[in-house]
Amino acid sequence: MPGEIETRGYAHPTKLVSTDWVAENLENPNVIIVESNEDPLLYPSSHIPGAYEVDWTLDLNDQLVRDYLDKSGFESLMSRLGATNDSHIVFYGDKNNWWACYAFWVFQLFGHTNCSIMDGGRLKWMNEQRPLVIDLPNNPTSTYTAPERDDTTERAFRDEVLAHVKNQGQLVDVRSPEEFTGARTHMPDYPNEGALRSGHIPGAKSVPWATAVNPANGTFKTAEELREIYENQKALSPDEPTIAYCRIGERSSHTWFVLKYLLGHPNVKNYDGSWTEWGNSVGLPIEKP
Amino acid sequence: MPYPQPIQEFVENLSFIEDRAERIQVLIELSRSYKPANQEKPYPAENRVPGCESEVYTWLTLTPEKTLNLEIAVDNPQGISAMALAALIASGIQNQPPQIAAQLDEELVYGLFGKELSMGKTMGLTNLVRQVKAQANNLT
Repeated sequence: MPGEIETRGYAHPTKLVSTDWVAENLENPNVIIVESNEDPLLYPSSHIPGAYEVDWTLDLNDQLVRDYLDKSGFESLMSRLGATNDSHIVFYGDKNNWWACYAFWVFQLFGHTNCSIMDGGRLKWMNEQRPLVIDLPNNPTSTYTAPERDDTTERAFRDEVLAHVKNQGQLVDVRSPEEFTGARTHMPDYPNEGALRSGHIPGAKSVPWATAVNPANGTFKTAEELREIYENQKALSPDEPTIAYCRIGERSSHTWFVLKYLLGHPNVKNYDGSWTEWGNSVGLPIEKP
Repeated sequence: MPYPQPIQEFVENLSFIEDRAERIQVLIELSRSYKPANQEKPYPAENRVPGCESEVYTWLTLTPEKTLNLEIAVDNPQGISAMALAALIASGIQNQPPQIAAQLDEELVYGLFGKELSMGKTMGLTNLVRQVKAQANNLT
């Protein structure tokens, strides 16, 4: 079992596993380790023994439409991983698990709930001098039956966000403070975060994603510390629906994970259109201090 | 305008490799030739490449022979793409006259990594190219 993680007071402690737990379960046939990174060179350079790669662009995104893979695509992906509907999928990756949380979130759209995040991600595993290999796993493929993708419970779309704004609903902007305020952080002549307008969605609270992790080792803060940040300092009520967003939905899936599984807020959605949709759309309201 | 010769040759050779996995292996090999900067920490904020999450810093100075001395620090051990790009840029402009940096172009990032990088990653890497180019321009 996760051990020390259980003492941190999380609402769903099994959604987070330690590097120790992963090391002890490398040979567990029901556990499938998945690495998801931003840097495409990382996994091929080395990875946890037996770990598969799930690439956010090639495996999770539709290659034509800005959307995610469909039912058959997810079935093919799970078959490649050798996963069954009972498999426990453990995600880890670079950037304090940004992309691991993103992949975890996409898997929830297909109802594969037996998933966890490895606390601290790839860097913690490396810093602990744990084994890394370059060999690719070669487990036999499986037959996996997925339901149709369900975008209703964990995913928010633009019109829903607009209605949420009009109802003065809770929004969390997890981008950097400079992105939130609309300050120009880019170099001359370079588009500002891929959007024509800067600022934030009206009413959003600024809680940069990294607020949730310990800078020293990338692990998640305790439930008490997270509650202080999100519920006390930022006054996010667990009882109200919350929508998290960033630039394309990857950093906000990290915060979605924190709110939903570590703090146990029951109604949290990730707006993956995020600022690249909102800041480029005609006529949508924007707030800028 | 072509890139400085070593960079141009590398990009052309890479373009002949159609297999994605093979391309990645070549880039990983390139990253292993990255030489860390010989600078003391903490690195000055003005040397940091903006928008680069791999925490990259660049220093560009002139040698007594009026050629470029480039040092690049990639402070994040997971910044393998940044290391690969840093190694390639260095191979093209190190010990060359400052004017050669004008041949650098941010399109180099796409030539190496294709169009599959995230927006953030692309911004960081293109800013690395731009910063080196700007620093060289200040030396001429």
